[in-house]
Amino acid sequence: MSEFKEDVSIVLGGAAGQGIQTVEEILTHALKKSGYHVYANKEYMSRVRGGINTTEIRVSSKRVRAFVKRIDILVPFKQGVLSWVRDRLGENTVVLGEKENVEEEFLDKVNLVEVPLTKMVMEVGSQLYLNTTAAGLIVGFFHGDFGAVEEYIRKRFGSKGENVVQKNIEAARKGYELGVKLCEEGTIKIEVERDEKVKDEVLLTGTEAVGIGAFAGGMDFLSFYPMSPSTGVSTFAAQHAEEFGIIVEQVEDEISAINMALGAWYAGARAMVSTSGGGFALMSEAISLAGMAENPVVVHLAQRPGPATGLPTRTMQGDLNLVLYSGHGDFPRIILAPGSLEEAFYLTAEAFNLADKYQVPVIILTDQYFVDTYYNLPAPDMEKVKFERYIVEAKPGYRRYELTEDGISPRAVPGYGEEVVIANGNEHDEWGDITEDAELTIKMQEKRAIKKLETIKKNAPLPKLIGSENAKYLVIAWGSTLHVVEEALEKLGRDDVALLHFSWVYPLKPKVREFFEGKVLIDVENNITGQFAELLRKELGIEVHHKILKYDGRPFSVEEVLEGLKGVIE
Amino acid sequence: MNVQLPTGRELFEPKRPGSQDIAWCPGCGNFGIRNILISALAELGLKPNQVAIISGIGQAAKMPHYINVNGYHTLHGRAIPIATGVKASNPELTVIAEGGDGDMYAEGGNHLLHAIRRNPDITVLIHDNQVYGLTKGQASPTTMKGMKTPTQPWGVFEEPFNPLALAIALDASFVARTFMGYFKESVEIIKKAIQHKGLTIVDILHPCVSFNKVNTYAWYREHTYWMDDHDPYDREAAFRRALESDPLPLGIFYIHEKPTFEEQVPAYKKDKTPLWKREPKPELVKKFFEGKKL
Repeated sequence: MSEFKEDVSIVLGGAAGQGIQTVEEILTHALKKSGYHVYANKEYMSRVRGGINTTEIRVSSKRVRAFVKRIDILVPFKQGVLSWVRDRLGENTVVLGEKENVEEEFLDKVNLVEVPLTKMVMEVGSQLYLNTTAAGLIVGFFHGDFGAVEEYIRKRFGSKGENVVQKNIEAARKGYELGVKLCEEGTIKIEVERDEKVKDEVLLTGTEAVGIGAFAGGMDFLSFYPMSPSTGVSTFAAQHAEEFGIIVEQVEDEISAINMALGAWYAGARAMVSTSGGGFALMSEAISLAGMAENPVVVHLAQRPGPATGLPTRTMQGDLNLVLYSGHGDFPRIILAPGSLEEAFYLTAEAFNLADKYQVPVIILTDQYFVDTYYNLPAPDMEKVKFERYIVEAKPGYRRYELTEDGISPRAVPGYGEEVVIANGNEHDEWGDITEDAELTIKMQEKRAIKKLETIKKNAPLPKLIGSENAKYLVIAWGSTLHVVEEALEKLGRDDVALLHFSWVYPLKPKVREFFEGKVLIDVENNITGQFAELLRKELGIEVHHKILKYDGRPFSVEEVLEGLKGVIE
Repeated sequence: MNVQLPTGRELFEPKRPGSQDIAWCPGCGNFGIRNILISALAELGLKPNQVAIISGIGQAAKMPHYINVNGYHTLHGRAIPIATGVKASNPELTVIAEGGDGDMYAEGGNHLLHAIRRNPDITVLIHDNQVYGLTKGQASPTTMKGMKTPTQPWGVFEEPFNPLALAIALDASFVARTFMGYFKESVEIIKKAIQHKGLTIVDILHPCVSFNKVNTYAWYREHTYWMDDHDPYDREAAFRRALESDPLPLGIFYIHEKPTFEEQVPAYKKDKTPLWKREPKPELVKKFFEGKKL
């Protein structure tokens, strides 16, 4: 008998095209609806068919939001899955499924619970229903709400006709009944408490959190060129474009994408581009134009490992330097990196106000791990989102680049007011016309690169401290690693270790320095050089003492961070 | 100039201090194009705040500084996507993308191709002097074979770009060519281009007095002719005309009236409010979250 309590990590693995994602969706929805806290994340290969993709689903009695290496239940849909996740298998791992899908070398070593999935689905009529059967099986273990499974199948397959819906429901039910039976027989015992509150929560992905955040922030226009793992946000926007009355356009290249967005902002709309590192590299010319012309723009960059094509479907926090330094010449920018889905929603919405206010590029850094993460959370509160528009009317005498104390010139848009608006990527006078005057050049450089930057810094929020102010050890993290580090610290259970998480990455307020004073600093980053640690050194003169880095294209697991921390502290 | 200039031109004469120091060489064809453009805008009865000129980089791209309309002097080759974004955000504006032959046909070539497919309602004016002026005389995509330049000392051997044939091949909405030396005719063509609904391409031949010693004012007069008997709705005929190389035909080659980008995007189907005036829709965000509770 295998027994799992409180928190179960279920991994499903199969070839691309076998419908692993469908299982992930059915399970997360049905289990959430049944009152369980759920978390899911996938890893997949850059191919349309074949290979091995896996998805991890954690089902828990309390909130879970982080990736764990541990596998409690593994469902392989093909041979090769066990080898692929070899280092994640433990003594207690249960392999659930058909013997044919387990490589010979593992047969004696693992706890195999044979389930004749193929036979079961053939009774329904086709191999195609394998994934719904597997999903039903797992929901059965939790005695979950089968109505939620039906509801999801109906939503997902409704457009394919009633027959497909019915067959899938039948397949899921077979799985479900078997799951319940295996528990009753005592083959598998799962004890996870339900939390009624979860039922009223929402289930989101990182992609959706960014996408709906953009809508909440008043995004009017999104231009993009498809690139993993950022495309999901563009797809999301396109699918809601009609409803929200926005324009979403797939363009000829990333250069066009960002220039269109700049044009949209120049004319007063709120535009965003969604891309990844390689696409952003092409955009750097226009980022520089945004700097000189003080043209607002919002960029969502979902990071993946580079250089060049790197690992197209995997994860890394490797593009901080790219966005920090992209574009020639000196000009400010704002870099945000949400750690939670709530933050992704609020920060993406706020990015539009920030771009509008400071007239700079605002870059939201996520990564493959983050955009592909699912979990339940209380619905974000639209009342907390403010729509702040900073456009002024162009009255006679209007000067687009008026020199001001705080470095922010009033921004008018064409057609609003009698006067014309001249924007310029060349050095310019206050009206926007070309200048080569040395004194004016100095003033304009100072306005953009110093005064405006200082204004942004002054208003920048502080990072979030989790744990005691007096802790001896301070773990530093930014962006998507938030919950993994948080859970590792919970597991570590020491009150002399605190976490400082940055979701506002740049520019940093000088006051941030105070958090580091007298502490042993441990930097956790999903890249090879510790790009954020470098930023801290450059901006604030802070030297971290230890770095825990991971750069194999996979996200940190709770166990890895925990081990890393133990290695430093103990 | 012995032509009657339209009234209202003074509206478009800028008075900003920086606009008085014009960077063009004496005798440059750009002066003539500026005059033509100002006259066309005045004759159309537009006001400066209703027009936006988005330019790339180069001497031609300096136009926004020498005219009193909204302007954005941007990057080499990028005027078209930026203009597309401007028009999409505010379809009430008359949007013109302006640049030279290097700007539109070399650096911005890909954008031109796809703008034709996208068909935003913008006017693309190409100052085509068959040479790179601002960078001092290198060959451009439209430089004729055999012309020697500092960077092509052996003479250009690449096939010149044929923007008209290309645009017609891609079924562009409006394709025309003019020579800026013909003032009245050019004003008429540009007026029609601006009034036309959809992407319009006007290739404007003009001399570079400093760096192109071949294609002079006299050369353009001798090597061009006006198409009097051409039906611009006949695509095959237009294509044949576009392939003529000497003399070069002038006039409107091709017109294909078709839906524009802004007309087809769902955003404007029911609601004509320009994007920039719209506000977030919190009730739809709330509705989305309700759906995510399932």
